[in-house]
Amino acid sequence: MTVVTVNGIEQKIQVDPTTPLLWVLREQLQLTGTKFGCGIAQCGACTVQVNGVAMRSCVTPVSAVAGQNVTTIEGLAPGPDELHPLQQSWIDEQVPQCGYCQSGQLMSAAALLAQNSSPSDDDIDGAMSGNICRCGMYSRIRKAIKSAAGVQQFEPSAVDFLEGETNG
Amino acid sequence: MGKWTRRGFITAGIIAGGGLIVGVAIRPGNRATKLSKHVTGDGETLLHTWVKLDNSNVVTAIVPHSEMGQGVGTALAQMLAEELDADWSLVEFEEAPAISEFANYPMGKGMLFAGLDIPDFVVPTVDGVLIRTAQALDLQITGGSASVRATGAYGMRVAGAAVKEMLRIAAAEAWQVPVDQVIARDSQMIHEATGRSEPYSAFAAAAAEMSPPASPVLKTSDEFKIMGRDVQRHDLPPKVDGTAIFALDIRVPNMVYATVRRAPSFAGGVENIDDTVTRSMNGVVDIVKLPPADVSALLGSFSSAESVAVVAEGYWQAKQGMNALRIQWRATENDRVSSDSIFEQFDRDISAAIDFKSDASEGNVAASIADAAQVIEADYRVPYLAHTCMEPLNATAVVKEGFCEIWIGCQSPLSFRQAVADSLGFDVENVTLNNCFMGGGFGRKSRPDYAIQAAQLAAKIGRPVQLIWSREEDVRQDFYRPAVQSRFRAAIDQEGNLTAWENTYAGKMEPAAAPLVPYTVAAKKIGHVPSPTHVPLGAWRSVDHSQHGFFTESFIDEVATAAGQDPYEYRAARLKHLPRQLAVLKKAATEAQWGVPLAPGRGRGIALQECFGSIVAEVVEVTVNEGDLSVDRVVAVIDAGYAVSPDGMRAQIESGIIYGLSAALYGEITIEDGAVAQSNFHDYPSVRMSKAPAIETYIINSGEAMGGAGEPGTPPIAPALANAVFNATGQRIRELPLQNSALNV
Repeated sequence: MTVVTVNGIEQKIQVDPTTPLLWVLREQLQLTGTKFGCGIAQCGACTVQVNGVAMRSCVTPVSAVAGQNVTTIEGLAPGPDELHPLQQSWIDEQVPQCGYCQSGQLMSAAALLAQNSSPSDDDIDGAMSGNICRCGMYSRIRKAIKSAAGVQQFEPSAVDFLEGETNG
Repeated sequence: MGKWTRRGFITAGIIAGGGLIVGVAIRPGNRATKLSKHVTGDGETLLHTWVKLDNSNVVTAIVPHSEMGQGVGTALAQMLAEELDADWSLVEFEEAPAISEFANYPMGKGMLFAGLDIPDFVVPTVDGVLIRTAQALDLQITGGSASVRATGAYGMRVAGAAVKEMLRIAAAEAWQVPVDQVIARDSQMIHEATGRSEPYSAFAAAAAEMSPPASPVLKTSDEFKIMGRDVQRHDLPPKVDGTAIFALDIRVPNMVYATVRRAPSFAGGVENIDDTVTRSMNGVVDIVKLPPADVSALLGSFSSAESVAVVAEGYWQAKQGMNALRIQWRATENDRVSSDSIFEQFDRDISAAIDFKSDASEGNVAASIADAAQVIEADYRVPYLAHTCMEPLNATAVVKEGFCEIWIGCQSPLSFRQAVADSLGFDVENVTLNNCFMGGGFGRKSRPDYAIQAAQLAAKIGRPVQLIWSREEDVRQDFYRPAVQSRFRAAIDQEGNLTAWENTYAGKMEPAAAPLVPYTVAAKKIGHVPSPTHVPLGAWRSVDHSQHGFFTESFIDEVATAAGQDPYEYRAARLKHLPRQLAVLKKAATEAQWGVPLAPGRGRGIALQECFGSIVAEVVEVTVNEGDLSVDRVVAVIDAGYAVSPDGMRAQIESGIIYGLSAALYGEITIEDGAVAQSNFHDYPSVRMSKAPAIETYIINSGEAMGGAGEPGTPPIAPALANAVFNATGQRIRELPLQNSALNV
């Protein structure tokens, strides 16, 4: 049995300890927001955070995260009916198209911002180049990260997000 | 019930609770041949676009297209809401379910109209509008950049305008006022003289008793309030918190997981399986051999080969079980085929020109070449390409007591449903298909092989099965963008004028116009020769335009260079007869500061392509520094007639550019011993954040017929890039991808 804390909840998991964390999340814990894309840590769709660091869950055996804190997309928002600033800026910049890669993109971006509150373009390239978006929304992701980084420097509630129109 | 007229109708009825439903329908015998096989029975028809107005005054657009990232629902709902003068906050939309009421009239009557006898609601066609719908439309197929320009233009807007007219008449009767004094605004009916105002829903039941107008009046673009505006996509909130449900996320009680493998060289089945190790593995449920399957789709019939599945309690166990299987595949004559042998065959077939079929012929090419001051010749090649949608192919199926239910993401729900029914020997009515969000489609998800596999596995195992393809299987068992070779010869006179354009290429799919060039030329001869291979082919974003855009827009650059002229000016001088094309090209050049000198090592390239009713020009700026290529900037201009959802259109163009750029820089499927050599993103790479250029997209609303947005961004990027490399280095790129050139990409 492997014990892992996922989104703040301690989980006791009965699987072969070599099973990648991705499949434990999706099949044992029913946390399907984390996606399967390649199985070999090439695309980043499966990105989660382990103790705040972005990790590719498709190649991380569940045994490797025993006793660690895992955060998935379902645990990214600070609370129910709230959004992480990145999730809000993802909507404001209308980032997703098909949306399949976006859980991984957001988890990588959130790990970046947690370490670096005002990332440069090079910092964004470095942190985000492990995440493929086949819809090609890179310029929107970059813009959304920068805009969320700006938001984080202020009180989030002071920022008025316009509903309806972007006129971008 | 009224009589069906020849081709189509607006229909209306009442839904439970007194709401109104309006559909635009087409019937058997229409001119869309792709449709007819699905709508054949007596009394059957295809109800294409449904609009519901419920008691809480919410309007729901039921969209017969699949969401694969393009934001289709939002744009179509905007078109409906515009004509209906609806309050946008009261507009919702959902994807049409792949069930019979959307294709079968009697069942629709039974379900949707709650057993009510239908009044004389079937009315004549709307000024031939629906004939065009029938031609352009194809059931629930999502492809050909058709959603907005066909369903939206001919379905949603017509339905919205019809509903508004019926509601106005109902309000006028209820209030006993002349109908021309009733104003529809923001989902309210208003009579200003008496100060009356009531929600649309108050008149829904009365409207449902009426015959819809035969020719509802549509707005002109200067009247648009919702179309042409940037609105937030409805499907995005669940895509940022992990709650959006893709097919892979479906969970059915007692479900097992499966993965499959098919013969690497496409034909040939299983000679022998040694499954001793796999059967002893923890969690493995069964090992199943699946028969060949008919996966015919839009682009020709095809039968995919036998496959082997491992079924287990979890995907990881199934995958490990598959890795432990020892499968011996039957040898086939394909096993000797390689990419080299395929291109040698193309080269031979182009030279032999047997069975040459003409795409276009004008003037006397031979005479122009004989009289030429200069003849320019070149051969171009592109490789096979895989689609690599982010979401690997998957489907979940339950088969029980003669019924099948399947959850999948696909581009053609009704034809998938038919294929599943056929593979199980079931009546199609006994198959329910739930189409989920698609994690990308790009043309791959119009072939039902993975649906058939899942259904057959569920039937065999007797438990719900979620089939998940590995990425390796996804790369190796695709329906590929064709590899193509294209041979050119052009003639120019003393002044550099283009006097002949000759082009022969191997292999053709569609659209037929893909290899045509817009430029004025005295004589031209364009055509193709057959050169079939064993590699399965399919539609890939923009279909034949993706290769021919690269060929023709690179070669015209070569001609301009040979003529000693600027490639932009050379094109522009030959587009005087096509003002839309010229305007798009000029705008791209202007916005990209064409002609402003660049630093050494930098270069610009331009390309223009019309496809799927839209015209796109792109200018690419590159830097080549000691052999390292960097794509710095892309300026794109699109004239799609009218942008319903401008930000959505910009997103589609950005997407098409990155998709095409991945192919231009890295995309190559090679064949070795009959099989695909690549397997995953490490050897079939995509553009990543660090390589993504800045993209500026400009929209021209010319007011011409609406074109598509999903595909037209892709074709110009490869030639614009190759032309920019030439501008920077003097090196002409005639083969893709660029990573095979001397440059580091």
